[in-house]
Amino acid sequence: MMPRATIVALLGTVGILAAAALAPWLKFVLTVALAKGLAVMGILLLLRAGQVSFGHALYLSIGAYTVAFLRPAVPDLLVLLPLAAAVALGVGLVIGLFVARYRDIFFGMLNLAFSMVFHSLLEKLYAITKGTDGIRVFRPTVAGFALERLPYEWAVLGLALLLALGLGWLAARFLVSPLGQALVAIKTRETRLEFAGVSARRVLLVAYAASAALGGLAGALLACTTLHVTPHLAYWTQSGELVFIAILGGGGSILGPYLGSVVYELVRVYAAAALPDAWQMVLGAVLLGIILFASRGLWGLYEDLVMRGWRRA
Amino acid sequence: MALLLLLAVLDGLAYAAQVFMVAVGLTLIFGVLRVLNVAHGSFFAIGGYVAASLGAAIAAAGFSSALALPALLLASAIVGALLGPLIERLILARIYDKEQVLQLLVTFALFMILEDVQKLIWGVQPIFQDAPVRSLGQVAVGDIVYTVYQLYLLPGVALAVLVGLMWFLRRTLTGRVIVAVTEDREAATALGIDADRVYLFTFTFGVALAALGGALASPTTSLVPGIGVNMIVLSFAVVATAGLGQIEGAALTALLIGLGRSVAVYFAPEFEVVIPYLIMVAVLLVRPHGLFGRPQLRRV
Repeated sequence: MMPRATIVALLGTVGILAAAALAPWLKFVLTVALAKGLAVMGILLLLRAGQVSFGHALYLSIGAYTVAFLRPAVPDLLVLLPLAAAVALGVGLVIGLFVARYRDIFFGMLNLAFSMVFHSLLEKLYAITKGTDGIRVFRPTVAGFALERLPYEWAVLGLALLLALGLGWLAARFLVSPLGQALVAIKTRETRLEFAGVSARRVLLVAYAASAALGGLAGALLACTTLHVTPHLAYWTQSGELVFIAILGGGGSILGPYLGSVVYELVRVYAAAALPDAWQMVLGAVLLGIILFASRGLWGLYEDLVMRGWRRA
Repeated sequence: MALLLLLAVLDGLAYAAQVFMVAVGLTLIFGVLRVLNVAHGSFFAIGGYVAASLGAAIAAAGFSSALALPALLLASAIVGALLGPLIERLILARIYDKEQVLQLLVTFALFMILEDVQKLIWGVQPIFQDAPVRSLGQVAVGDIVYTVYQLYLLPGVALAVLVGLMWFLRRTLTGRVIVAVTEDREAATALGIDADRVYLFTFTFGVALAALGGALASPTTSLVPGIGVNMIVLSFAVVATAGLGQIEGAALTALLIGLGRSVAVYFAPEFEVVIPYLIMVAVLLVRPHGLFGRPQLRRV
């Protein structure tokens, strides 16, 4: 499994770089897709434990607003990104201490509640956040260099790719580690896990904190790509989007989130413009279809195709 | 100061009445179907929109505005009868034996669909109707002039729903059958109870209650996209604070949270949205199963 996934990841990297070079407007779309892929990977970790969070837009927006607030003081991208991830990690640890006591319904809905509270604070505390106007982010420097628009866009895309590859590899290692296996056991039989002397709460907390940090990093990358942050990043539709992409991509592989988010963003460029008021409806219908009829997502479909090909050969 | 406090209490009562109607449907459906219906807030919103459309149609046809009040009831019945059986039979019936995370995802998908259905039918501009409020006039409470609608009608309907529901569940055959399925589905089915019919009935009834909450809210607030999501999160806070499946508990908690919120509206408006969740988190930290909830046995 593992080597084949590596090959697919490398092919994907080449494909993304080639697409961005051939069609410059795709650069923006692909950077956004990779950033969201990082956040979706966090959702995937939680899904492995059988838990779904309807509020991870909270961490997207925390990452993005960290960049927006710190940009005047800390001008460099390479410092801003880890800072955003660290702030999201901190918030994730505190909220995680609370939500990791809960499962299923409570886990999903408490996360939604936290994100809705943060969304309304972002909108209402105008003096600090500029409300729905949002905050403009001036282009950060990269490793000390103040880049022009084009090289800057390449730098952010390259960074997003490196982060996706590196963190994707780490996450895959994590899932096969004892801690990752304990995470899967929360889904199958949590009580037995505790009988074996493992604290399910602590295992879930680790995964939750990791998913929060990934969300923060994704939000920071989005802020550095769009150069403008608004409270909309914390709205429930964003959380729904992350869950949607996770299910679309499929939970079977760490590549699922990236496959899902690239497909999703490419479709969205056209479809969301054509149906602005029916976009959530399309997403909901597809989500229903996947859950009821193809529960392993796009990666599952891909695996089926490849397996069939191999058997024939 | 005292005046503001009195205003806050009156507002809180009216608001708690609306929230209770949505929360009680949510908790009833959960008690029987064991599915937390994320789309429940959408039924609240759709109930409000249908009521506003009916109200506009009545006014356009030139009927007396006294009809505006029964129209609210009619709106909730229409929404319940149309959407309830459709969604329960077509979608929910397929997922009762699936993992809880998938059930949550399915109702979340329904929620996404219904949010846009509202936008497609009623647009994104705020819709407002106040005929039901005007038809009842105003009344003086101390130095405050308050609407009869919010002072008597909203809390009155909520109280009637609570008392009626308790009577229905304890004293009628259908109600007792519902309680039996809630307590132990397998044993109830073994005794010859048709659980499918109970599910269908309960879900439809819950949808109608949420729509009634929305219909009653429609004259006191503007209908805009997003009221559905605010209501599901808030009513979940009520239900979770009370303990999932607790009906009287939901009434008390709705009161607590409604009052807490309206006090915040007058004294710290920025934190209006935060107060209900602060109450919820505080309660859950001390009692993880809610104020009135019972801990569940864990399977090995």
